[in-house]
Amino acid sequence: MKPAMNSVVKIKKQRDWKRWTIHLFPIPALIIYGLFIVYPLFAALTYSFFDWKGIVRGEFVGLKNFRDLFTLEPFSGLFWNAFGHNILYFVLQMIFQNGLAFILAYIIYKKVKGSEFLKIAYFLPRLLSVIVVGFLWKLILNPNYGALNVILEKLGLEQLQKAWLGDPDTALISIILVNCWYGIGFGVLIFLAGLQSIPKELFEAGKLDGADGFSMIRKIVLPLMVPSFMIMTVLTFIQSFEAFELVYAMQGSQGEPYHSTDTLAVYFYRLAFGGSAGGSTTAVGLGSALAVVLFLFISFFTALYLRYMQKKQVDM
Amino acid sequence: MNHTIWTKPFYYVFAFLIASVSIYPILLMILSSFKTSAEIFTNPLAFPKTFNLDTYRNLLEIIPFTTYFMNSVFVSVVSVLLILITSSLAAFYIARFTFVWNNIIFFFFLMGMMLPIKLGIVPLFILMKDLNLLNSLWSLIFMYVATGIPLSILILTGFFRTMPRELEEAARIDGAGNLRILWNVVLPLMRPALGTVMIIQFIQSWNDFFFPLIFITDDMKKTIPVGMLSLFGEYSADWGALFAGLTLASLPMIVLFFIASKQFMEGLTQGAIK
Repeated sequence: MKPAMNSVVKIKKQRDWKRWTIHLFPIPALIIYGLFIVYPLFAALTYSFFDWKGIVRGEFVGLKNFRDLFTLEPFSGLFWNAFGHNILYFVLQMIFQNGLAFILAYIIYKKVKGSEFLKIAYFLPRLLSVIVVGFLWKLILNPNYGALNVILEKLGLEQLQKAWLGDPDTALISIILVNCWYGIGFGVLIFLAGLQSIPKELFEAGKLDGADGFSMIRKIVLPLMVPSFMIMTVLTFIQSFEAFELVYAMQGSQGEPYHSTDTLAVYFYRLAFGGSAGGSTTAVGLGSALAVVLFLFISFFTALYLRYMQKKQVDM
Repeated sequence: MNHTIWTKPFYYVFAFLIASVSIYPILLMILSSFKTSAEIFTNPLAFPKTFNLDTYRNLLEIIPFTTYFMNSVFVSVVSVLLILITSSLAAFYIARFTFVWNNIIFFFFLMGMMLPIKLGIVPLFILMKDLNLLNSLWSLIFMYVATGIPLSILILTGFFRTMPRELEEAARIDGAGNLRILWNVVLPLMRPALGTVMIIQFIQSWNDFFFPLIFITDDMKKTIPVGMLSLFGEYSADWGALFAGLTLASLPMIVLFFIASKQFMEGLTQGAIK
């Protein structure tokens, strides 16, 4: 009996020691994530309460940066201008990217021939770097040699030819549509996953009840697709309010022409870095205030999304 | 009553029309990369007369593309490896051991999915400066690991939770330590989840240009996306070279996609749904 007891104690001791090491496991992730994500965001928050000379911190000014951002020209004008563009970004993406993506997903779901090819085709743009997307379309939309105007001419639609990115009326819309081009395949896959999770029996039951194509979509498909719509809406929202890369690639840090393509993130970049990294005319305090406003705005909506996802995980 | 008679053809036309809008610009980019600027300007839509590689030779002469490429490979590979290591360690801890604080840690990490880190770029710039990491590829690696951790932990924790504990317990009785259990028992069963994380994070770090735009000014330290930025700044008249640059920048991802298109598409959507 006794030697056996001894070895049990030994194993237990060894296990205790080995078990203790488990507490080291999350530490590398915590350090990197804490230092490069959590700390800078909280720092940005405190920055907004100070006056800044370049990237040197001055005195504490309370809410002055926020007041200036909302009331002092030209800052407040630029703020609301960019804010409106972000809203338009969101609305047009919802219509052209997500609306189309749903229709295309539904067509693929209905098993047309070549659905594998279609999926791949829609998804291909998503593989490119945003900067490549921006530059590629800048070349395509070029008023003199760009492919789009040439195609319009070949189709006999010369009257539609435009300096797409040079005209304040079309520049922003062009960028947003390019963003839709980039993101549509992703939407198709999300909606397709949603459609495929609908139990087939429901369609059978619907058919027996005499539902035809359109009322089937309205009464069976759409209600069950609410989770997918929710995901796409929130992701699109976040993406619209963070929109920076594509605008920067296509129209530079000034949101040309005449700030007609400015978004909050581009404006923020300009305030923080003065147009080019390390530039001289920076307004770090104002930029940080803008960051805080945007941060609160995006976090609120993302929190809703995470709450929802969490609920869903519990349900599963 | 029967819709299929006219809806089917309409479906086809519509679906393939949009598909061609998706593909055509990419095709145009690749075809144009074999043309000289003059050829592009006189006939932008035609097939290239000859598939000569002069534009590529030009491109490699005006920018250090091989350097950019190697920088991108280094940054992406190291980032993905570090994400896999740090996230699976943390996710294993969160999923398998029930201490008071592991839910707190989980939500602390999840928070990262709702924090738009771009907005912390000014403190980050100062932090990188203080750490002497400006103009170092490690500044990018740290950023990609940090931004990749929340989603990776979420996905891996989900997978860990679905796996039976019996194997682990058997190994534990055999005297295996936590690290050995994770490495020899758990991770081999986790290949699909690890693959998903790998693909999502590889696309992100390979294609990003926001962080290098801010942290990297030294030409020899640039990754491909910021390299493209300077190419467009300085050689904006040489359209042949521009198209060649865009093609070269995109080729690795496109090739990888055609090797594993299913994993790519599933990986990215899983990233969103999970």
